[in-house]
Amino acid sequence: MAMLEIDNLHAKIEGDEGREILKGLTLQVNPGEVHAIMGPNGSGKSTLSYILAGKEDYEVTEGSVTLDGEDLLEMEIDERAAKGVFLAFQYPIEVPGVATMTFLRSALNAQRKKRGEEEVSTPDFLRLIRERAANLGISQDMLKRGVNVGFSGGEKKRMEILQMAVLEPKLCILDETDSGLDIDALKIVSEGVNALRSPDRGMIVITHYQRLLNHIVPDFVHVMNNGRIVRSGGKELALELEANGYAEYQQSAA
Amino acid sequence: MNAEIRPIRTPAEQALVAALETLPAGGDRLAELRRTAARSFTENGLPHRRVEEWKYTDLRTILREAVPLAGPAAVARAEAGLKLLGEARARRIVVANGAVVPELSDLADLEPGLSIVSLAGAIAQGDERLSRLGGLVPARYDAALALNTALAKDGVLIEVAPGATIERPVQVASVFVGEAPAASYARNLVIVGAGARFTYVESFEGPEGVAYQTNSATEFLVGDEAHFDVVRAQDESATAVHLSTLLFDVGREALLHAFGFATGASVARTSLYATLSGNDSKVAFNGAALLKGRQHGDSTLFVDHAVPGCESRELFKHVLDDSSRGVFQGKIVVRQAAQKTDGRMMSRALVLGDDAEMDNKPELEIFADDVQCGHGATCGAIDEELLFYLRARGIPLKEAQSLLVQAFVGEAIETVEHDGLRDALVARAEGWLKARA
Repeated sequence: MAMLEIDNLHAKIEGDEGREILKGLTLQVNPGEVHAIMGPNGSGKSTLSYILAGKEDYEVTEGSVTLDGEDLLEMEIDERAAKGVFLAFQYPIEVPGVATMTFLRSALNAQRKKRGEEEVSTPDFLRLIRERAANLGISQDMLKRGVNVGFSGGEKKRMEILQMAVLEPKLCILDETDSGLDIDALKIVSEGVNALRSPDRGMIVITHYQRLLNHIVPDFVHVMNNGRIVRSGGKELALELEANGYAEYQQSAA
Repeated sequence: MNAEIRPIRTPAEQALVAALETLPAGGDRLAELRRTAARSFTENGLPHRRVEEWKYTDLRTILREAVPLAGPAAVARAEAGLKLLGEARARRIVVANGAVVPELSDLADLEPGLSIVSLAGAIAQGDERLSRLGGLVPARYDAALALNTALAKDGVLIEVAPGATIERPVQVASVFVGEAPAASYARNLVIVGAGARFTYVESFEGPEGVAYQTNSATEFLVGDEAHFDVVRAQDESATAVHLSTLLFDVGREALLHAFGFATGASVARTSLYATLSGNDSKVAFNGAALLKGRQHGDSTLFVDHAVPGCESRELFKHVLDDSSRGVFQGKIVVRQAAQKTDGRMMSRALVLGDDAEMDNKPELEIFADDVQCGHGATCGAIDEELLFYLRARGIPLKEAQSLLVQAFVGEAIETVEHDGLRDALVARAEGWLKARA
């Protein structure tokens, strides 16, 4: 069994009688693999990432998701994080009044506690943050501020990657991490992500454009349309999409 | 409303009127002040919900039963009851059951320019500064203040000489001692000389389970160009009724910041009256209240811009758990002469409990034409998106809520300038949240 096993997942917005957003999505991710999910706007990419992270606005109507054989959908949001699920948000939110250091430390220690590990000591924590922040070009001043408060789009994305680097998740889900980044920021963020590639870690990279995949080279590319994966292939599939667009998939879905 | 026929007096009103009738005749100006206040109470009684200023805090119902005046407190028991803000290492003056306790009060080695005496002592010695007591009078009858004026026999008189800088804050620490319900009244007068720098602190506490009543009033005379901070921490027991009145007169080009932090009392009402009587002063009246159970906390402010060029700011934060109720009433008056006034008030409430309630009543009364004034009020639950973000990083629900509530009240507490006091209040907010989790 794969680390992450998504089987025939159907979902809709909670309380909405209307249409399903996911219509039978199936995907397996193993440790060490990087999967890119590409697709047009409205295909359900972000919904998938939110459902994996546990956002309560969605209702799964059919299918299952397991992480290491455990039912992910039954777990609380913070429990999923402690089990190693990490969602790098497309639009990281500002949390005024909660200092970044306090936030990082609370998150790290809460996860460790849940896993039955010891809390990290202050000097160790400071050392860890200093080292990981420096790699991502995050200044001490940024760390002193409220989480994401007053950060530019690029700074927010770098902060997401810093959190990922500190929390060391098992499954990273990057939701349109390239959106709003200029080429320099894209480089920094991609290097940060690449540094976290490891044989123990799986990644799902959600993106609209092929550009990001020049920097984070995936092992698999999936095309998502209308709530399911309609084609899977290797990294060359991304180039094909860049050349031809999503039109043929959208037509076939209609 | 004025023509209304007085209802039959409640037992509490009857007892208070009876107590007021025992005030001696004759005597000096203070005795006359007391009798005037007593007469106005006898005429007007306790306010009820049809009196606009007390609409949300019906004192007539709340103080239905009469309680006797509190007797003297044993020193050791008063000392044992003092827990608030000790870590800020202020110079502490202890007022137990409405009377200064010299044994517990740090009156030694006063800094040059600082004078502290008990009000009772000042009265006994005929201190001429008492001529300034009772000089600040609200435009409309205030029952809590009238009772305080008539019944308070002691309290603290503090004077800071012009130009003096007093680094160490002075804390008037009020504590109730006793097992039986009783009421205590204390009156303070704080005179801050021109150009002086001073931080004044008030704290209130008492034993759990006792239905005691605290009535405190403090008059502040803030001189020209003074830089003056007031910090208050009210953590009365959850069975107590707390009434306090703060009266400010602010001179020219002064800087004044008052901050109130409240977690206590079954019912608390703080009325703040400020008159800006000197040009170009900057004042801020901020506060934070954390309430739970069935607690009721009312902050009512009247800021009167009488002269041109002043700036006033109000920021109040309420955190309301369970079925608690917060009240914020803020009124800014800008007189015709008070051109170039800049007045803003904001009240924000975070509602945690399903049955909690917040009542906001901001009012602006503007007679000048060249002013900038504004007010706002918000009331809502914890932002679900913020909660999701924190939980998605592994922070459990209760802890995530605590972090966000702390951030919410933190914005107000951060306005306290004195490091030690600010830290002490942050710690109190954290303690409140821990007790909740």
